[in-house]
Amino acid sequence: MEKKAENRREFIQKSARLSLVLALGGVGGFALTKTTKDEWVWQIDPFKCTQCGRCESDCVLAPSAVKCIHAYDLCGYCDLCGGYFKPDANELSTAGENQLCPTAAIERKFIEEPYFEYIINEDLCIGCAKCVEGCTSFGNGSFHLQIMHNICLNCNECSIARVCPSDAISRVKSNEAYKVKGDFTTNT
Amino acid sequence: MKKTTYIFLAFLFLLTTFTSFSQEQRFPKPEFETGYVQPSPETPEPRTASMELVDVAILLLVISLASYFAIRRRSRTGILGLTLFTLLYFGFYRNGCICSIGAIQNITLAFTDPTYAISISALLFFLIPLIYTLLFGRTFCAGACPLGAIQDLVIIQPISIPRWLRKTLGIIPFIYLGLAVLYAATGTDFIICRYDPFIGIFRMDAEFHMVILGIAFLLMGMFVARPYCRFLCPYGVLLNWMSRFSKWHLSITPSKCIQCKLCTTSCPFDAIDFPIQEKPANSRSNVRKFILYALLIPVWMVAGSFVGMKLHKNLAKAHPDVYLAELLISQPELIHDEDNIDVQTFMASGKPLEALIEEAKAKREDFYMGSIILGAFIGLVIGSTIMNQVVFRRREIYQPNRADCFSCGRCMDYCPVEK
Repeated sequence: MEKKAENRREFIQKSARLSLVLALGGVGGFALTKTTKDEWVWQIDPFKCTQCGRCESDCVLAPSAVKCIHAYDLCGYCDLCGGYFKPDANELSTAGENQLCPTAAIERKFIEEPYFEYIINEDLCIGCAKCVEGCTSFGNGSFHLQIMHNICLNCNECSIARVCPSDAISRVKSNEAYKVKGDFTTNT
Repeated sequence: MKKTTYIFLAFLFLLTTFTSFSQEQRFPKPEFETGYVQPSPETPEPRTASMELVDVAILLLVISLASYFAIRRRSRTGILGLTLFTLLYFGFYRNGCICSIGAIQNITLAFTDPTYAISISALLFFLIPLIYTLLFGRTFCAGACPLGAIQDLVIIQPISIPRWLRKTLGIIPFIYLGLAVLYAATGTDFIICRYDPFIGIFRMDAEFHMVILGIAFLLMGMFVARPYCRFLCPYGVLLNWMSRFSKWHLSITPSKCIQCKLCTTSCPFDAIDFPIQEKPANSRSNVRKFILYALLIPVWMVAGSFVGMKLHKNLAKAHPDVYLAELLISQPELIHDEDNIDVQTFMASGKPLEALIEEAKAKREDFYMGSIILGAFIGLVIGSTIMNQVVFRRREIYQPNRADCFSCGRCMDYCPVEK
C-alpha cells in the first residue's frame, strides 16, 4: 500500500516534470525563432523629436543620458545663433544672461569673421533641448538630441520612450547606435 | 511679355523653391579661409554585444555553483559567497539590468508583437533559471538573483508569518504576473522594470518615491524575510511551479532525519514542512470539502473574468493612445491648452482625431479580451489555493517545502546528523 502510494507520487512527479519541460521547450523554441543576434539600444530620431523637454526629466538617470549633439556638417556658424542666444538677448556676447542654455554647456568660439563655432560640453548638458528648439526654429537644426551610450543604461524599456509624445525613441541595432544628422537633410 | 517667358519664369520659380526645400539649409555652411578644421560629433560606442553573452556565462556559472553548494557540498557559506558576488556584479555593477524577472515581459512581447525581436541573452536569462529550477530547485533565488541577494543580506530578526496570511499574500505574485503579461502583451508598459523596488538602490539614483519604496522593502525585509520574493515576485510564480516537480532538491538532513526539531526555527521564510503522521480526524468531511472547493473553481473563474471585464477600461487607461483619446473626447477644450505637451504634439502631427480614436478602440478591444483572461486566471489561482488547503499529505520528516524553499541552505547548518 505504502509502496503503491510512493510509486504513484513518483509517477505524478515525473509526468508533471515532463510536461513542464515540454512547455518550456515550446516557449523557448517559439521565442528562439524570434531572436536576433543583434543587440538593441535606444536612440532618438532627430527628425521626429519635438523638443518637448521630457528627455531631461524622464530618464532614470539624473542628469539624463540624453545629450545635445552638434552635427557640425549642418551648422551655419552664425554669429546670431538661435541655439546659443535667448531670443531677447541684449547683445551677442557670452554673458550669462544672454545664453539660452540653463547650464552654460555651450561654448562659443570665434573662428574668423563672421563665423563662430559652438561646442557642447556634454558633462554640463542636461538634455533639456532648449538649444535644439532654438536652433531648429531659427537656424539649420544642427543641434539635436541623442542618447549617449557611454551613459545610457539600456533599460529593458526606456522610460523616456514611454512618455515621448512623438514616439521619436525606438530600438536601433547597436552597430548603428546613433542617428546623427549628417549631410542628409530629409528623413530617408 | 510672351507666354513662353511666363512659363519659363514659372518653371524657374518652381525649380528654385524645390531645391531650397530639399536642402532646408537656412544658412549655408561657410567656406573657411583660416584653415579651420571642423570637428566631428563624438558618438561613444555602446557596450558590445559580446558582453551580454559574458553576463549569460556568469549567470550560468553562478547558478551552477549555487546548485552544487546546495545539493552536493551542502555549504551555506558557499551560497552566501555567491549571494554577495551576485549583489555586487548583477546588482551594483550591472545595475540590476538585465534580469530574469523582467525577461518575462520580453518573452511576452516576442509572442505578441511581430515586429519585436528578442535578444538571445534576454531569452537565455529567462530560460536558464527555469531549467535549473526544474533540475535542482530554486537555487537561482538563493545565489543568482540580485533582488533576492539584497533582501537575503538584510534579514536580521525574521518573524514567522501565519500560514493563512502567507497563503493569502501568496496570491499577489499571480496578479502581478498577470498584469505584467497583460501590459507587456498590449505594448503598454514594462511594469516589472518600472516598479522594481531595488533598482534605485543598485543605481544609487532613482525617483524619490522609488527610493522610498526600496528602503521600505529593505526595512521590512529585516523582519519579514525576503518580502519581494515571497509576496510580489512574478518570476517566483514560474520558479514555484518548476520547483514543485524538480528532479533534485536541497534536503535539510544529509542522511536520516532524527526528528530533533533543531531546524524548525532555522528557516526565515517559513518554508519547512513539519511531519504529519496521522490523518486529521475529520478526514471524511475534508474529502467532501475538497470536492466542494474543486467544484467552486469554475465559479471563481467566472467571477474573476466578470471583474476583469468590468475593469478593462480602467486597465486600458495606462496605454498612451487610449489615455490621449479619452482625454480629448472628455475635454475637447484641451486642444487649445498650450501646456499640454501630449495634446500639442498630437495636434502638430496632423493626424486626424478619428484615427487616434480608432487606434484607441482597437487597443481597448485587446484589453477587453486580456482582462477577461487575466480575471479567469486569478480566479483559478484563488480557487485552487483554497482547494489545496484541505489536501492532506503524509510527511515523515522535516523537509523543505519545495515550492517556497529558496535553497538558501540556512537549515543545513542546524542539522546535527553527520553524513
